[in-house]
Amino acid sequence: MREFSYDVAIIGGGPAGLAAALAAREAGAERVLILERDRELGGILQQCIHNGFGLRRFEEELTGPGYAHRYIDLVKATDIDVWLDTTVLAAEPGGVITSVSPHAGLTVVRAKSVVYAMGCRERTRGAIRTPGSRPAGVFTAGAAQRMVNMEGYLPGREVVIVGSGDIGLIMARRMTFEGAKVKAVFEIMPHSNGLTRNIVQCLEDFGIPLYLGHSVTAIHGKDRVSGVTVSKVNDKLEVIEGTAFDVDCDCVLLSVGLIPENELGRAAGLGLDPITGGARVDQFRQTSIPGFFAAGNVLHVHDLVDWVSEEAAIAGRSAARHARGELVASGRQRSVTAGEGLRTVVPQCLSAFEPGKMSVRFYFRAAKPMGASLLQFWADGALAFERKLRVVKPSEMIVADIPVRKIGDAATLEFRVLPAPEKIDAEDEIEEEA
Amino acid sequence: MTGSFGAGPLPPSADVVVIGGGVVGCAIARELSRFDLSVVLIERSPDVATGTSKANSGILHAGFDAEPGTWKARLNVRGAALYAELAEGLGIPRKATGALVVAKDATQMETVAELRHRGIDNGVAGLEIWNRDQVVAHEPNISPDVAGALWAPSGAVVCPFLATVGFAENAIRNGAHIVTECAVIGLDVADRQIVAVRTTRGRLATRFVVNAAGLHSGEVARLAGDDSFTITPRRGEYILFDRSVGQLVNTVLFPTPDKVSKGILVSPTVHGNVFIGPDAIDIDDPDDKETTAGGLAGIIAGARRIVPALPLGTAITEFAGLRAAAGKDFVIGPSLAARGLVHAAGIQSPGLTSAPAIGEVIVEMLQDVGLRLKRKAGFVPVNPEKPRFHEVDRMTQAELVATDPLFGRVICRCETITEAEIVAAIQSPCGARTVDGVKRRVRAGAGRCQGGFCGPRVTAILARELGIPVTAVRKDSADSWLFLSRAELEAGEGAHA
Ligand SMILES: Cc1cc2nc3c(=O)[nH]c(=O)nc-3n(C[C@H](O)[C@H](O)[C@H](O)COP(=O)(O)OP(=O)(O)OC[C@H]3O[C@@H](n4cnc5c(N)ncnc54)[C@H](O)[C@@H]3O)c2cc1C
Ligand SMILES: Cc1cc2nc3c(=O)[nH]c(=O)nc-3n(C[C@H](O)[C@H](O)[C@H](O)COP(=O)(O)OP(=O)(O)OC[C@H]3O[C@@H](n4cnc5c(N)ncnc54)[C@H](O)[C@@H]3O)c2cc1C
Repeated sequence: MREFSYDVAIIGGGPAGLAAALAAREAGAERVLILERDRELGGILQQCIHNGFGLRRFEEELTGPGYAHRYIDLVKATDIDVWLDTTVLAAEPGGVITSVSPHAGLTVVRAKSVVYAMGCRERTRGAIRTPGSRPAGVFTAGAAQRMVNMEGYLPGREVVIVGSGDIGLIMARRMTFEGAKVKAVFEIMPHSNGLTRNIVQCLEDFGIPLYLGHSVTAIHGKDRVSGVTVSKVNDKLEVIEGTAFDVDCDCVLLSVGLIPENELGRAAGLGLDPITGGARVDQFRQTSIPGFFAAGNVLHVHDLVDWVSEEAAIAGRSAARHARGELVASGRQRSVTAGEGLRTVVPQCLSAFEPGKMSVRFYFRAAKPMGASLLQFWADGALAFERKLRVVKPSEMIVADIPVRKIGDAATLEFRVLPAPEKIDAEDEIEEEA
Repeated sequence: MTGSFGAGPLPPSADVVVIGGGVVGCAIARELSRFDLSVVLIERSPDVATGTSKANSGILHAGFDAEPGTWKARLNVRGAALYAELAEGLGIPRKATGALVVAKDATQMETVAELRHRGIDNGVAGLEIWNRDQVVAHEPNISPDVAGALWAPSGAVVCPFLATVGFAENAIRNGAHIVTECAVIGLDVADRQIVAVRTTRGRLATRFVVNAAGLHSGEVARLAGDDSFTITPRRGEYILFDRSVGQLVNTVLFPTPDKVSKGILVSPTVHGNVFIGPDAIDIDDPDDKETTAGGLAGIIAGARRIVPALPLGTAITEFAGLRAAAGKDFVIGPSLAARGLVHAAGIQSPGLTSAPAIGEVIVEMLQDVGLRLKRKAGFVPVNPEKPRFHEVDRMTQAELVATDPLFGRVICRCETITEAEIVAAIQSPCGARTVDGVKRRVRAGAGRCQGGFCGPRVTAILARELGIPVTAVRKDSADSWLFLSRAELEAGEGAHA
């Protein structure tokens, strides 16, 4: 087994890994390595051939591969090492990474800092317990997307989409372009989990019906899918008797959520946030394992890649500082909680601030859709900061910068979202990209 | 001397024909392959282990359930002992977990005491009655209202797919031919003696036929004019949980049984998952393996009575299996309607456990009805070991990649299955032909993402190794195509219809 040493080793070469590597190198880490399982860099972006990436980061509309290549070119222009076709098998505390590849065999890397950037995986049929038979023709939307966009094969002719996540919406449009008939999208919740722009551009523009508050209660077919049974659900998500109807189809695509890919972290004893499914991190994106950082979809699921790149840059910079011994554990960590109206907040805790730091950026997911709202920051039980939001949707991440002086040295930090007393026209600070 | 596997041509004749490539048929074929005989096994699906043998509890029952004197009682205990001997050599994963029959009150304690006596009559070793504290110490997650249990140390878990494949592969290595995608549609009888088997792919002359057609064994019997039994499909549904909750239970946990079935159990699998199920519902259609919302809710409620804190959020799949019920006992023995036809039919639970013992008695019965047996000199009782990358230590992993670089490419990330293992599963004498066939052999796609990630990759490897287009790769059954080309989509209904 060959051994190597690096200052910063990054697991995963998607947008998070690429941005983390660049930031680490720019922040002065001498030896930076990206380990990527696939045979090319870019992660999930390589299969997202549609437009809509980079509006924030590059102020233009790129395809997924287009966005990825901006970063890949930047990485190639540096002396960052990239190992492709290399799967990380274990990353143990202390920075010992074991990986395997067909060309280099089993390899051990000793790194001063490690960045997790493994992305996420799709939830499956088993996770949502859809009864029925187990014929061919049931795919997760992302797997189908890869097959269509990268291999050129189609998963079926008559498609029903379960769940209204973005990948499902994008695939509804793709399958229509390919000549398949997309019969409907069924979403169990009373609201969609996809970005508004995707509902408009991928469904409405093609006349594909979106049924909210409907659950697919069975999948039928012996060899190949022959159809599904659908029912309306009540506000407790229970099936309403007598509302069942059948839809014929030969293909079911599932778009029912993404889960951070944390197998490596779990094996290493990483402290996880049960709601995001990712690590618990501080503002440096450092996890509960000293010297291990996390960014991108492995930390929490993002809808926009621009935020992934930004978050990963923070992790990369911090990893470089840690490798130089500059980011010492601060001792006291304060936890940050997602209160009323919110499901998640990242970072989940704060370490001591760097000197000169003016603000900390937080990312949130709302618990339910709301109209005009107020995002509130409570420090030690007192309202310390408030921001107006024009509209709140669980599918769209809320991002807010909180001035360090508002945080002070309060011991308990909590965020809430409440309905705004009056209508809000413009949003302050960050524009939401819908 | 190796036999063959696949949808190739049907030989014109055989000494013995076995109908059905479930665990029973494959164990019989393997037992027959010890002798100087031409053996042909006919299976209607593209693979073995696609019927009841693929969807069951995977338990090697200790043998205390069956009524003394029945086939079930006799063959269960013998079968369990044979697995202990054979499993390793045939590449069949088996884990000696032991089993507990959990009692909740005094009446149930009486029932488990009776079970203990019955087990002793059946020849089951080591049975003990445990008190509450012993049970809780062994199973910390068990329901607090447990009163005690029957402890059966010889209960074990096994991989039902690899059991079937292990027997089949060994039979092939010893000269048997397994012809797939071929259904038996007639039995020719002359003078009350079997003379040939008619199939969807032609006629095969033979004087000896074993009926191991599972749910269809009643129909097969009737092809020879034998209507001595009928099969009722009895469905059982399951929920399988991720390996991350594998520590939930250490042993197979049965409730105290009632009249109909062994009840809803909570059990570890040999691969470190946990499952709950099965229920028992009589149905009409022997091919209907749909799970139902009511059934799943019922097994959740049942399992909660044993382990209240079920990790439902970690469910990775649900499935149903069909028992081939033909009354209380197995239907084992020569047909009275046609000489040369021997039934291994109506093999419900504990059929998986009993399979190697069924093989032994069927061979004896064939001899009784006139088959001449001569032991073969070169019989090889074991299959070569297939390395499992994720189960060996780092040094061995490094050696594996050094011998074959494809051990360095992880295809299934949930179970850490490498390309080399998948290629080996396809190129083996009883090689996978379908995506589910790969999954059953090496567990690529059996993890928490259920093939979401590796499915397309496994499809591509199958196409490459079998030399067929991606559009010809199937999920499991003969018509379960997975992908269309753009041209096929444009051509409309014709292709793949
Ligand atoms: C289908 C889809 C459509 C989207 N559409 C849009 C859009 O229109 N606009 C937009 O802005 N955003 C979009 N997004 C979101 C954005 O693409 C993702 O948030 C972003 O790609 C996440 O980046 P990541 O680096 O965290 O993960 P990924 O891109 O998933 O990269 C993770 C990488 O880690 C590698 N890896 C994982 N485990 C290991 C291991 N053990 N060893 C080695 N390597 C490993 C993987 O191979 C992968 O390359 C979309 C996402 C998806 C899935
Ligand atoms: C819910 C459930 C739980 C169980 N749990 C256990 C357990 O824990 N332990 C245990 O020991 N047993 C258990 N069993 C029982 C065990 O699974 C069965 O006894 C065993 O799998 C039966 O194997 P078989 O070969 O007879 O049938 P099958 O596996 O069904 O094989 C029959 C084969 O015949 C083929 N066939 C049918 N007709 C034709 C034809 N005309 N031409 C060609 N081929 C044909 C079919 O395609 C099929 O592959 C369980 C069963 C069920 C349903």
